[in-house]
Amino acid sequence: MIPVETLVKPAKEREFKVNPAEAPTEDYHDIIFQLEKEGEWEVLRVPEPYIEVETKFGRKKKIPIEKTWHHKSCGQCGHIPGYSTSIFWINRKLGLDYIDPTDQTSCTAWNYYASATSNVAAQAAVAMRNFAAAAETGYFPLIHCGTSFGHYKEVRQELIHSAELRRQVRDILAKLGKKLVMPEEIVHYSEWVHAMRHRIAEMQVRDMSMIAATVHPACHYHKLVREDAIYDPEIYGAQRTAIITATLKAIGVEVRDYSTWYDCCGFGFRHILVSRDFSRSFATQRKIEVMKEEADPDVVVTHDTGCVTTLDQSQFAAKAHGRNVGVPVMSDSQMAALAMGAHPYKVLQLHWHNTDNKPFLEKIGIDVEKAWQEFEEEVEKIKRGEKQYLTWEDVDA
Amino acid sequence: MALDLSLNRYADVPYEEKERLFNEVKQDMRYEEYLYGCYECGICVAACPSARFYDFSPRKIAQTMAREDVETFYILLNDSIWDCSQCFSCDRCPRQNSPGGIITLMREVAVKNGLASAQQALEGYGRIVYKIMSTGTQVSPDMLQPNAFPDWGPHVKEISDNLDLWRKALPPETLHTTETGWQVSDKTIIELYLIWHYTGVMDMIKEVDEGLFMILADVMEERLEEEGYDVTFD
Ligand code: SF4
Ligand code: SF4
Repeated sequence: MIPVETLVKPAKEREFKVNPAEAPTEDYHDIIFQLEKEGEWEVLRVPEPYIEVETKFGRKKKIPIEKTWHHKSCGQCGHIPGYSTSIFWINRKLGLDYIDPTDQTSCTAWNYYASATSNVAAQAAVAMRNFAAAAETGYFPLIHCGTSFGHYKEVRQELIHSAELRRQVRDILAKLGKKLVMPEEIVHYSEWVHAMRHRIAEMQVRDMSMIAATVHPACHYHKLVREDAIYDPEIYGAQRTAIITATLKAIGVEVRDYSTWYDCCGFGFRHILVSRDFSRSFATQRKIEVMKEEADPDVVVTHDTGCVTTLDQSQFAAKAHGRNVGVPVMSDSQMAALAMGAHPYKVLQLHWHNTDNKPFLEKIGIDVEKAWQEFEEEVEKIKRGEKQYLTWEDVDA
Repeated sequence: MALDLSLNRYADVPYEEKERLFNEVKQDMRYEEYLYGCYECGICVAACPSARFYDFSPRKIAQTMAREDVETFYILLNDSIWDCSQCFSCDRCPRQNSPGGIITLMREVAVKNGLASAQQALEGYGRIVYKIMSTGTQVSPDMLQPNAFPDWGPHVKEISDNLDLWRKALPPETLHTTETGWQVSDKTIIELYLIWHYTGVMDMIKEVDEGLFMILADVMEERLEEEGYDVTFD
């Protein structure tokens, strides 16, 4: 096997300069503002103050700090709810203003990529309905799901290039009493975590320096409409996306490389639901086992719903077959929240995850038994009717 | 299943029918941006997860479309496209193709035309389509049932046994739900139903799953009627 260092060395030693003027793809910013001038739609501006980051070809992207409208993710909210809870918790801890809306639907793209039981107009109308709903509140959409993020960027491309589709979607929205509004940027929550990483690090209370992690960048983050993803010369010499890795470095986690970093997780959209033999095989043989063998991480960190699900859940059956697996999987939001002192069960909700995460938690000094008992006590109170729900006040008590 | 392109299993399907479907794919507004030709370099195959575990190749998809090989197109339309993971790793194509994107279009055409292979591929998937179309969120907490995910081990049962309580033990106010991923407002659901109506998505459902169509139509028509909309899905 070729050592990983040999593969990444040239990128580190040589300097590649990006020049946005020579980018091989068009700049969506110019086009969406031009279309606004022509009266085709309104552009929803990124609220100030924002943080500017650099994307693949050296263009700038604005990341809002607050006044964010949280476009939640089906799989996160449904099956790994500590993922989204951690995003909200970090916002609250940093004292930032946000909305967790009920006037939001799924992007429906998981279903679309799985079953194709939809079409280009329906997908665009769902996206633009959500954007219009965000605009009505005066807040700016922050997209929790990697697939929603990638899909919405595709929808933006389609709308930019088709006057007919714009007309069709504008007409549908008009019937719903809504305007056609295109956000100035389509922003993934992990880009927000990335942009906020130094403020997160300032509020860090748990030492994470003994932790080694491997990173899985989500396909729908950096492969779909590839130019609109964060790259940084300081991270991998900008030869791959800086997302997650820069955040982990900021909180002192050691990031270890492995040769199949570009591979997908095996989610497959339909496969994870109805053909899981494929998802399990891919996730364990092409990702987890390679990570174990080449990097031996304490934790795998990723930034999308499907990736956390597949990489985590697939390990159970592989373990039963005696394979070399057994690494907990978390989102960057959960890792950042942990660093800032979040409770592993009340905030990170790690009991919804599958692979044993106790050794990892103990390594960063958490008394796992005690933490679980604290969570159980809260659950008991709900059971006894002493409280209806676990509240934000409770989790930091 | 092995993908045997030498053996034409669909010889009895008239060429005109295959060509009609081929043209339907080509007519999609996205097609021109997804295919610029093909170097036949195989870079897409190297990046493709499905190619590792199935007899499947994004190169074959791009190459077949670029050569306008209608016969092979029809075989792939039936025997290959549902193996794709829709990860878009193949978007690194040096010719700027998106084989995964072409597959999305082919799947849409397969569904719209109610091909038997599409119906078969979507067997067992109806409950997911029902969930997303009727509630606006996919994979709800109550879908985490041990019989649906036996290979995920006993922790699925633990979650389903504790579901109500564990949902209440979530601090975000929108997440106390069990039948939907989060709380979606009534007005939002109505708007979603109207989008399905205005964009003809229900016609596609009817082609692949008549039973699912009828259940969905009932649920949505009733809700819409309550809100004063006279909509019939037929
Ligand atoms: S589709 Fe692109 S990557 Fe694949 S073989 Fe053709 S030119 Fe190469
Ligand atoms: S989108 Fe499909 S064809 Fe393309 S790399 Fe992924 S699995 Fe392969």
